[in-house]
Amino acid sequence: MSESHRALAHQFDDLEQQAEAATLGIWAFLITEILFFGGLFTGYAVYRTNYPQAFAEASHHLDILLGGINTVVLIGSSFTMALAVHAAQSGKRRALIAFLLATMLLGAIFLGIKVVEYSHKFVDHLVPGRTFTFPGAYAPQAQLFFSFYFAMTGMHAVHMIIGLAILSVLVGRAWRNRFSAIYFAPVEVTGLYWHFVDIVWIFLFPLLYLIGRH
Amino acid sequence: MSTVAVEARDDFPTATAPREHYLNVNYGVKSWLLTTDHKRIALLYLASITLFFFLGGFFAVVIRLELMTPAGDLVQSETYNKLFTMHGLIMIFFFLIPSIPAVLGNFLVPMMIGARDLAFPRLNLLSWYIYVLGGLFTLCAAVLGGVDTGWTFYTPYSTTYANSNVILTAVGVFITGFSSILTGLNFIVTIHTMRAPGLTWFRLPLFIWAHYATSLIMILGTPVVAITIVLVALERGLHIGIFDPALGGDPVLFQHLFWFYSHPAVYIMILPAMGVISELITCFSRKRIFGYGFIAFSSVAIAVLGFFVWGHHMFVSSQSVYAGLVFSVLSFLVAIPSAIKVFNWTATLYKGSVSYETPMLYAFGFIGLFTIGGLTGLFLASLGLDVHVHDTYFVVAHFHYIMVGGAIMAYLGGLHFWWPKMTGRMYPEGWARLGALIIFIGFNLTFFPQFILGYLGMPRRYHMYPPEFQILNVMSSAGASILGVGYLIPMVYFLWSLRYGAVASANPWRAKGLEWQTPSPPPTENFSETPIVTEEAYNYARQEAVGV
Amino acid sequence: MSHPTVSPKLYFLVFATLLILTGVTVSVAYIDLGPLNTVVALTIAGCKTLLVILYFMHVRYSSRLTWVFAGVGFLWLAILMAFTMSDMRTRSWQPAPSGWTTASASWRADVPEP
Repeated sequence: MSESHRALAHQFDDLEQQAEAATLGIWAFLITEILFFGGLFTGYAVYRTNYPQAFAEASHHLDILLGGINTVVLIGSSFTMALAVHAAQSGKRRALIAFLLATMLLGAIFLGIKVVEYSHKFVDHLVPGRTFTFPGAYAPQAQLFFSFYFAMTGMHAVHMIIGLAILSVLVGRAWRNRFSAIYFAPVEVTGLYWHFVDIVWIFLFPLLYLIGRH
Repeated sequence: MSTVAVEARDDFPTATAPREHYLNVNYGVKSWLLTTDHKRIALLYLASITLFFFLGGFFAVVIRLELMTPAGDLVQSETYNKLFTMHGLIMIFFFLIPSIPAVLGNFLVPMMIGARDLAFPRLNLLSWYIYVLGGLFTLCAAVLGGVDTGWTFYTPYSTTYANSNVILTAVGVFITGFSSILTGLNFIVTIHTMRAPGLTWFRLPLFIWAHYATSLIMILGTPVVAITIVLVALERGLHIGIFDPALGGDPVLFQHLFWFYSHPAVYIMILPAMGVISELITCFSRKRIFGYGFIAFSSVAIAVLGFFVWGHHMFVSSQSVYAGLVFSVLSFLVAIPSAIKVFNWTATLYKGSVSYETPMLYAFGFIGLFTIGGLTGLFLASLGLDVHVHDTYFVVAHFHYIMVGGAIMAYLGGLHFWWPKMTGRMYPEGWARLGALIIFIGFNLTFFPQFILGYLGMPRRYHMYPPEFQILNVMSSAGASILGVGYLIPMVYFLWSLRYGAVASANPWRAKGLEWQTPSPPPTENFSETPIVTEEAYNYARQEAVGV
Repeated sequence: MSHPTVSPKLYFLVFATLLILTGVTVSVAYIDLGPLNTVVALTIAGCKTLLVILYFMHVRYSSRLTWVFAGVGFLWLAILMAFTMSDMRTRSWQPAPSGWTTASASWRADVPEP
């Protein structure tokens, strides 16, 4: 290749090597994310096994409808993200921007619903700490449940906010025609990140919302 | 098989002909603080970790001063708790974990594989800034009165009862963890995707294998301690009961999550050191490494097995007996790959043409002291014996033999070996050998008595002790003062050498390895042309053993 | 990227399957299967995750190395969970000459919970 692509960094020999490095890099980062959330899941597993009754009762205070809607919304955003990557791969700038914006919209809806849920918890005195009030003998363990609920969904929400920020940067770059069929690694990398955040919720939803609903 | 491509060359122009290299290509603070050159970033790390080393060392000095007398007469017990906590935190997170990977690894990994830089140079710079930010938080905590929980942050003391700057310190450690993660990520991707043509996995220098294995641990372990620290901060700040027994929480859960990272962390600290030793032993015996494949696989085995043994820190914390047995057996297993390495290094020396330059002195020191440290680790892995020596000076001596007698000696050996490459200057060999000797003597005088103290029952983390232990404590403190002097000597002559040291050629040690095939100091792009590798690592010709 | 383009139709199929599985997992939650409830819920979540990884994240069409990277994180999490749980579940085990016995007193005796 006699002329270097403007996006080819000096340490790489060609765009293919650069793309391979980007993919491995994001996967290595996702490994760290799996272990990061994994610590929370481990703690949750320990306490749920020790206190099944308390966790089931506490789980009933979560809004299964809002949680279900959020699950559908997030899966939908993964779908639009996959379509965005496909558009980038095909060199379709307008479709890329449209799907990126759709992903952002769905992500924002998800966060909006989470805000509603959190405000309900606040009103019901289910936020762990000095104001926590829970009927019945399982109050201490229920507070454990809600500690994990807020820690896990809160950490997840932080990752979504970061994802939205990255997506907005991508939209800007796509608008300025930075991507093409031979260079779209940032879109693919962001897609991988976004799908991972979806996977975390795929586990959070049944584990937090669907205990003992019978 | 050709010998043309990477034969040892020594005919690059010296500093008599002005030449552009990575140090003089541009000047000014901005060119350093905004650099993406892995070599400059390595030097940024060198400066910052050295600062932290002396800070951590200062805390050690006060500790050893206090321990010269049986009574707690120099500092109050609360202050003493803060001293050993800060000493541990700073030495582990801000010196040992970054040291070899961030200084030598950053400098050499691209060069050893024939690349122009790491895969993600800007991420590399970000790593350093994150390290500095985390360090600032921790320094802030120190200035505001420190933290007294022990570097292990055990709950419920850290979450509920401590009156010190736990959250501030926890934030500092949390932030610095990401520096580690990003460095590991960079190394893994670089080694997978940017090796020069002909450089297959089994032609890689063992330094690269060691850093690859270390990076695996950084990626897999650090995030767990990160989230654990977040939970401690949440519990302490919001008074929620994740580890609080009164609310049904389990303090031992904290310990599981904490040690899942912190045990593999010790392998983060020793694996790069072992990588350095492989390079030094081969060069200074003019011989191929014995059992290359075994050492390469052992590095990965240590990284993997190291994740299965963390419960040996918890034998006496009410972990189940069953789990204790499992962790004990696995801890014996993890010693095997380390032993294989020591055997192989020793076999490499056999019939080699051994010379005793300073790097080799440090390598010899490493092999002896690491062996002692490693064997005493087996004492601790033995569940029944650990019950008696847990939380005594036996443990303290064990890990200092590995971390100081092992890791720091390897770091110094590597620094001396690659100093001419990094700076274009030689250090003064006479002073360097003196420094190595003083360090060796000071180290053993400091820490060998501690094995005895621990075995006799002196607990760790106490600033007062029964009078019969005083003699051994005084010996240890005397050793510490000698060790301190020993560390100052290289500081002085390394700085001196930057201005007055002999100008170094491209390959003053006539060593094998791609990093020696480029001038000292190297140009920014490392190589004028991407090298092509056609031979095995450490391909020292048999004739070299008899000086042909 | 060197791997083939996945068609939007396939993406839609995966999306629809994910929605169906979500419906299934919610419905099954309302049926009492005892301890199997958790198993079923986790299995469905696992299947959904597999679909996202293989198709949305293109792992199905990626190199062996990517497969390894994708799997190793989950494997390591399994190690963390398995060994931690093995401690938690065997707290009451006491070594006896002929194996293990379960002590009668639980360490959680004074916290109200079966």
